[in-house]
Amino acid sequence: MTGNAQRELVITGFGGQGIILTGNILGKAATIHDGRHATMTQSYGPEARGGACSSQVIVSDSDIPFPYVETPQILVCMSQEGFDNNRPSLIPGGMLIWDTDLVETHDLDPSWSLFEAPATRFAEELGNKMMANIVMLGFLSALTDMVDPESLKKAMLGSVPPQTKEKNEAAFVRGREYGLAILKGKARQGAEVS
Amino acid sequence: MPGKAVLTGTHFMNGDEACCEGALAAGCRFFGGYPITPATEVAERMSKRLPQVGGVFIQMEDEIASMAAILGASWGGQKSMTSTSGPGFSLMMENIGLGLCTETPCVICNVQRAGPSTGLPTLVGQGDMMQARWGSHGPYEIIALCPASPQEMFDFTIQAFNLSEQFRLPVLIMADEVVGHMNERVVIPPADQITVIDRAKPNVPPAEYLPYHPGPDGVAPMANFGDGYFMHVTGLTHDERGYPTMTPAAQVEMTDRIVGKIRNNLDRILDYETLFLDDAQVAVVAYGISARSARGAVLTAREAGLKAGLVKLNVAWPFPEDFIRELSGRVKTMIMPEINLGQMVLELERLAQGRCAVRLVAHPGGTIISPRRIVEAIRQALEERP
Amino acid sequence: MTTALAAAPPRHPHDDLLRTERIPHIWCSGCGIGIVFGSLMAAITKSGLARQDVAVVSGIGCTGRMAGYIRLDSFHTTHGRAIPFATGLKLARPQGKVIVASGDGDLLAIGGNHFIHAARRNMDLTVICVNNFNYGMTGGQLAPSTPFGAKTTTTPQGNPDEPFNFCALAAACGASYVARWTALHIRRLTNTILEAINHKGFSFVEIVAPCPTAFGRRNKIRGALDLLKFYYDRSVVKNHLAPGEATIDFDHNLVVGKFVEFDRPTFLDHYQMVNRGEVEAWPATGVDASAAGQRKAG
Repeated sequence: MTGNAQRELVITGFGGQGIILTGNILGKAATIHDGRHATMTQSYGPEARGGACSSQVIVSDSDIPFPYVETPQILVCMSQEGFDNNRPSLIPGGMLIWDTDLVETHDLDPSWSLFEAPATRFAEELGNKMMANIVMLGFLSALTDMVDPESLKKAMLGSVPPQTKEKNEAAFVRGREYGLAILKGKARQGAEVS
Repeated sequence: MPGKAVLTGTHFMNGDEACCEGALAAGCRFFGGYPITPATEVAERMSKRLPQVGGVFIQMEDEIASMAAILGASWGGQKSMTSTSGPGFSLMMENIGLGLCTETPCVICNVQRAGPSTGLPTLVGQGDMMQARWGSHGPYEIIALCPASPQEMFDFTIQAFNLSEQFRLPVLIMADEVVGHMNERVVIPPADQITVIDRAKPNVPPAEYLPYHPGPDGVAPMANFGDGYFMHVTGLTHDERGYPTMTPAAQVEMTDRIVGKIRNNLDRILDYETLFLDDAQVAVVAYGISARSARGAVLTAREAGLKAGLVKLNVAWPFPEDFIRELSGRVKTMIMPEINLGQMVLELERLAQGRCAVRLVAHPGGTIISPRRIVEAIRQALEERP
Repeated sequence: MTTALAAAPPRHPHDDLLRTERIPHIWCSGCGIGIVFGSLMAAITKSGLARQDVAVVSGIGCTGRMAGYIRLDSFHTTHGRAIPFATGLKLARPQGKVIVASGDGDLLAIGGNHFIHAARRNMDLTVICVNNFNYGMTGGQLAPSTPFGAKTTTTPQGNPDEPFNFCALAAACGASYVARWTALHIRRLTNTILEAINHKGFSFVEIVAPCPTAFGRRNKIRGALDLLKFYYDRSVVKNHLAPGEATIDFDHNLVVGKFVEFDRPTFLDHYQMVNRGEVEAWPATGVDASAAGQRKAG
């Protein structure tokens, strides 16, 4: 994907996973560090914790007249409910990303590119499953050029509590390296096929 | 912990937060409020930020008390504000009237949600626009600004305080859930580049002071509690001394002043932006979040060769009557998208007086209007026979 | 020459605190508000406070008109909302003394919730409530103080409601100064208002006062003095009585006196303490999670 056109992304999960923070970090990276336009809107249930929630991010080189994301190009699912509810909205040719241990996929469109990462498991291994969203951000940074990876890391470090920076950076790197490895593997597969 | 009043720099923040930063930059040092979705974030941020700059935050027992408290604080010499949404806005109406009658500067930010009643607390609406204009009883003029982005929440909040101080009245920021909750880039300039206007103070000895004797711009200088002017402030109809005067003549004089200071200063108050109006056959007139959709629609329409233009109302009240009247004489159709079932569109109809068609693109609330629907309306308007 | 013969216009001792150009006032002859107003002015004078540092805020009703006659920064607000208006005024200018003067219906029916919360916060306000048992300005309707069985224009067969005890309410909500007198206890009332003004925190003074025109007339005590004496004669002074027992019992036990007086930090004191980090996190003792778990398990 190129960095010029408008990119629309939805991250879904449940309250308490840091879904909104994740969207916020993406937007910060795009606006403050990359100097582009971005909007982040959110939808959530009435409960503060545990209810379904989603963050919608648009990144563009020009003004964004309509901040809702109706048909995302990228859909990141960190809960089964999030996947079930949002799957039909992903555009043909879109990118679907999910947490391996939290989502069982079904009815996948053959035109989609599919990526999964055990983000929550990685985060647990790193000492706190609350960092699954940061693992996912790192993973995302490998798969798309929606925002500059360095900007994303900067924005992330500026958004987490100071005493957790080191751990979150490790989580980000873990996700990013996993994504890069998958891409490499896919590239090899592609080369073998052709 | 002390903090800066002006957070100069580039931020990615939501509209509610940007509203707070605008308020602090404008000199607001008192907030009395009651939490309500989707305006709660305003109260939350003010509760954290005001003590950092030597101000006071108080969570009052309801919105009636909140509105009363900010009027009191204004007379105590502080710039004051509150924030709310539909149900709370309804409760504030009587004391907004007291603020208008006693000519008390203050700012009310209404982050509109879908109504009536409890409605859809977490979802967008623009259904309080006529309430903003007419919700308190009796004759008056009001000023209402309509931000369409977090950046405008910052900018317009400063403007709201400046207008309230200049013209001595409660000024409304008619935001909405999407503008309030959406995060976007907000650029806060250095403090010395922000225009801040303070109320005019009397420069006569107390014995000669007439609290409601208007200056050349129609606005009376205002003394604060403690300045030694011993003014009387009442919501009863009053004369220039501020004393209750129960006569039709006093009513004429007082309402002439509170209405006249707005109507005679429209050049300093009205604010709208236009796009592609020169050759437009269809003008989309929009405000708040719907103006964003309208802008997207007009850009799309122009790409398709359709002669559409945009009027974005930054100030919805007072309504730019002369401009809309003139516009209605040179376009085929005016279209108003709004997240209610037809409120501001009535102003277009009133002013067009049949000179052009007026069409409404409506949604009762819960979602914003997509640019697609407005493009469709532009197409239809162009196809309609005159 | 007539000027030589003309005497200087008579001066009232409180003329400097009166907007004399607004006199005559609107209060009926025999009304108790004037007495309370006089006591209030005497107390303000005795307090020695600089005039520009004192404000009077009132709501709507006969008592609410006090704000219109006193030559101070004075605010005549909306019905029931004097206390929250005064709250904002006080917090915006903490060095000022803010006195709320209003009636029983204004402060405790339509404004009851604000009264409760200002007392709870120990907001530094002096609240003077003239209790005349009805809505006098509008011709005598039911108030939250109207005695059971009493007639008003909206209880023509007699009041089916029970009134409630304002002093007990104020004390229960946290007011740090609470007193009650009748309008005929003039000297004690003046001293009490002075004490209330000097008290830091939420002070509440209730004055049982005659409304001969609207209330007395419908309840067969037509004479202003008769009504004044009716209350006074039934009053018993019981200082420091538990406010809950300080009843307004017209048979024999209309309790007056000073019921509450103690110091506790005001809203603003606490606000400043919290913001300076001087208040320990809640709960002060911390939580022993394992103990809580054991209890639950047991």
